[in-house]
Amino acid sequence: MTLQALLSHWARNKMQLAMLLAGLTLATALWSGVQALNAQARGAYATAAALVSTDGAARLESPSGQLPQALFVELRRAGVLVSPVAEGRFIMGDTRVTLLGIEPLTAPPGTAAALADGDLQGFLSGGGYAHPETVAQIGASDMALTPSQAVPVGTVLVDIGTAQTALGMADQISHLMLTGPAPDAMPEGLRMAQADAGAELDGLTDSFHLNLTAFGALAFAVGLFIVHSAVGLAFEQRRGLFRTLRSLGVPLRSLTLALALELALMALIAGLAGLGLGYVMAAALLPDVAATLRGLYGAPVPGSLQFSPVWALAGLAMAFAGAGLAGGQALWRLWHMPVLAPAQPRAWAIASGRAMRWQVVGALALGALAFVLGVFGSGLFAGFALLAAALLAAALLTPAALALCLRMAARLARAPVVQWFWADSRQNLPRLSLALMALMLALAANIGVGTMVASFRATFIGWLDQRLVAEMTVTPRDAAQARELEAFLTSRVDAVLPLRRVDATLAGQPGAVYAMRDHATFRDNWPLIQAAADSWDRLAGEQGALINEQLARRAGLWPGDRVALPGAGDVAILGVYPDYGNPLAQAIVTEDWFDRLYPDTPTRQLAIRTDDPDATRAALLDEFGLTAQAITDQAQAKALSLAIFERTFLITGALNVLTLSVAALALFATLVTLSGLRLVQLAPLWAMGLTVRQLAGLELARALVLAGLTMVLALPVGLMLAQVLLAVINVQAFGWRLPLQIFPADWARLAFWAGLAMLAASAWPAWRLWRGGGEPLLRVFAYER
Amino acid sequence: MSLLALKDIHKSFASAEGPVAVLQGVSLAVQAGEVVALTGESGSGKSTLLHIAAGLEPVDAGQVLFGTQDMAALPDAGRAQLRRGTVGLVFQQFNLVPSLSVGANLAFQARLAGKHDAAFCTDLAARLGLADLLSRYPEQLSGGQQQRVAIGRALAARPEVLLADEPTGNLDEATGDAVFALMLELARAQGTGLLLVTHSARLAGQCDHAIHLRNGRLA
Ligand SMILES: Nc1ncnc2c1ncn2[C@@H]1O[C@H](COP(=O)(O)OP(=O)(O)O)[C@@H](O)[C@H]1O
Ligand SMILES: [Mg+2]
Repeated sequence: MTLQALLSHWARNKMQLAMLLAGLTLATALWSGVQALNAQARGAYATAAALVSTDGAARLESPSGQLPQALFVELRRAGVLVSPVAEGRFIMGDTRVTLLGIEPLTAPPGTAAALADGDLQGFLSGGGYAHPETVAQIGASDMALTPSQAVPVGTVLVDIGTAQTALGMADQISHLMLTGPAPDAMPEGLRMAQADAGAELDGLTDSFHLNLTAFGALAFAVGLFIVHSAVGLAFEQRRGLFRTLRSLGVPLRSLTLALALELALMALIAGLAGLGLGYVMAAALLPDVAATLRGLYGAPVPGSLQFSPVWALAGLAMAFAGAGLAGGQALWRLWHMPVLAPAQPRAWAIASGRAMRWQVVGALALGALAFVLGVFGSGLFAGFALLAAALLAAALLTPAALALCLRMAARLARAPVVQWFWADSRQNLPRLSLALMALMLALAANIGVGTMVASFRATFIGWLDQRLVAEMTVTPRDAAQARELEAFLTSRVDAVLPLRRVDATLAGQPGAVYAMRDHATFRDNWPLIQAAADSWDRLAGEQGALINEQLARRAGLWPGDRVALPGAGDVAILGVYPDYGNPLAQAIVTEDWFDRLYPDTPTRQLAIRTDDPDATRAALLDEFGLTAQAITDQAQAKALSLAIFERTFLITGALNVLTLSVAALALFATLVTLSGLRLVQLAPLWAMGLTVRQLAGLELARALVLAGLTMVLALPVGLMLAQVLLAVINVQAFGWRLPLQIFPADWARLAFWAGLAMLAASAWPAWRLWRGGGEPLLRVFAYER
Repeated sequence: MSLLALKDIHKSFASAEGPVAVLQGVSLAVQAGEVVALTGESGSGKSTLLHIAAGLEPVDAGQVLFGTQDMAALPDAGRAQLRRGTVGLVFQQFNLVPSLSVGANLAFQARLAGKHDAAFCTDLAARLGLADLLSRYPEQLSGGQQQRVAIGRALAARPEVLLADEPTGNLDEATGDAVFALMLELARAQGTGLLLVTHSARLAGQCDHAIHLRNGRLA
């Protein structure tokens, strides 16, 4: 009965109900959507880890790369539990995959699980297992492929014999997985390495997931603000009802219970809706997230989402917690309300001038904290704390800064309507401030992330032009073909530059050592961030190595320092080169030295310098009999790299749109709940001779002006954000540092979208005002109150 | 020709029990410089009639004429123009612009109408006892002070027709009398037609005419 009386309020205030449910639904959806994305990605890393090792197990490898297969038999005889692996990149059908060859009888349990439901006979006679998405990507191929969720995306699991044949590794293996305790004495020429690919990916991708979680939490908080204001308003409007019910003898306890029940009901409805929306959102975003993770870290994340009940329960719990948090204050106030409290005319959420002063004080304190963190802090956490403090400070400062702008505008205005426009905007600022803060955050985030990505793109394109100087590259099928190709090409082109590498742990980080031929191509074009004197001559003279920026920054190694290379001991660092888009550490030594350090390393690619690429291509195709697929020309390579780059930052675009939408929704919610109050403020102007159309137009104009001012304020904040992202977060997360560049055209585009979002948020109340004609305005005067 | 003429006005409002007829054939006219008092019980439709005269409320039947201009023939913008330049309105309440100071409120309509005269405005403020309150905001004023601002605002625009809904309702008797006297003086001096709702028979007695609204008709 009591509940019925309470719920009847919502039937009369449908818009308010819609706002409340929408806020809670959106909060739950964004939070649980982000959680679903994180869980899916982490699950994929675990799959990748399980496939190549038992929990935390190590592997045995040779510093020089491959191992003879005979070693496996030897070790097994000696009672060491190991299993051989042959792996390598391989072109299959329409794509490149990692061909992972294992020995099914001795392989660790994770691998066995992948095989469990398959056809072992087919596997042993040349079949493979791959993730359904990879199977689809490969398309038609000679190999019989069985789809399996237990294989990471981009990998084809085959029998070791199949892999050795395909990769041209007769009697050779890549490494040995340890499936039991480590041997007491390490066999000659072998060393232990941590093989936990999952943990490796976890470490590399942590910052990305931290980013996503931070975004989810921000969205959740904004959603709760919407709920909080709707619940608060509903409470104020029902004060009278509460008093009536209480004076009719309804005990306070039942009334509070009824209100709590009402809140729980809303949480349930919105929670379920939010889960559905969150799932749809996550499913829609996952391909972008997967592309980003693959592009940045090479992490094998599938693009299709799986449902998990634990996730659903956690999401519902968040909805209840959120409703409790947002509605708790209302319940508390009800509990403390005297039976005959006078109706308080105080509006529900008017932030007074005093509140604004406190906001400014808070903003200054946070700004000081950000400054201290910026000067003295180090590490990823300090970077994020700096970002959070600076953003929050900027958000808190927004209302005061806008008030100042509006006050100055009012001073300059001459026409009465214009003067009123500014004064009225300023008066309504406190009520809009929360939503404007959300807009400020969204815009600053957009500018910051957008500038970061655009700066990155500009640097990346310049870098690609320098790095991709070879007119074409050829990928040989195996080591034998590589030798034949080199011999074939040497007389036909200006230069053939082979690419060879061995995987290696450098300064404790996973990475690889590369061979570089001493050639003008590199001397003239290869960009270096820092170089020792005569670095190229000394590199050619085998006096040291070049390392990539990631390694340099993470390990703090610069020219003048030394780095340990497998088999070579500590060597001098001669220079540091930028290496974007690659998460791993790299070192480069000159080719001859490389060949002595790591004999028999197969050539993976040949870069070709030639004046006549067309003729070279024709020769390779006609005379040598290479397939067109094995040849990549410079333009193709650039296009491919750029495409990977664009895919890498797809998710940032999607997140930017989402944050802007949340801010627009918060504004919409605020403007709708305020529209009743607005009527009282607008009615006198209507009576004095402004038309409803003019008033509606002014409402829209106000939204645009506030969006424009917020955008102007967001610019410096966004640039600071970009600077922190480029100079602190990126360096920590990826290991590279880029110069900040400015792209005003992007700002214009963002300003356009922000204006559009503001227009969308204010369109409905304005349209209602316009359509209502004078009728709702007249009611302000007609009823005696 | 009268300044303002209402002819056979009919108006009813929808309610839960069907339409309620509030005005059932009301006709009246106000001449330049004439002061007309409108009395009637609470709920008899006085405010409604004023709103109709100001072109705020549409009628079911009948005509509102300003001079020869038929209100119904005007588009929305034309009616707004009329309210801006020709009509002055004093409502019972909720009539000040909350975001503007008292001074700005006083001058607002006059400036909208393009008839602002700073000296006249200052004089009005002094005579209404508002001189010390000019930089305050409406929410910082008492009900009576707000009402005087509203009256001043309408007078400052020097309208041809002034429609005032219980303008002295919130004022004590002495202040009410003084304000009423001021309105009368200015109306007569400027040739303004004044239609005034009041409960006070004493004030109605000082007007040129007094008309009484009962059961939707003038008595
Ligand atoms: N917008 C409206 N909708 C419905 N009824 C209304 C409206 N405006 C006024 N009324 C009704 O019309 C009648 C006359 O109101 P009003 O003109 O304010 O009376 P008065 O000013 O004489 O006290 C009242 O019964 C009032 O409830
Ligand atoms: Mg009335």
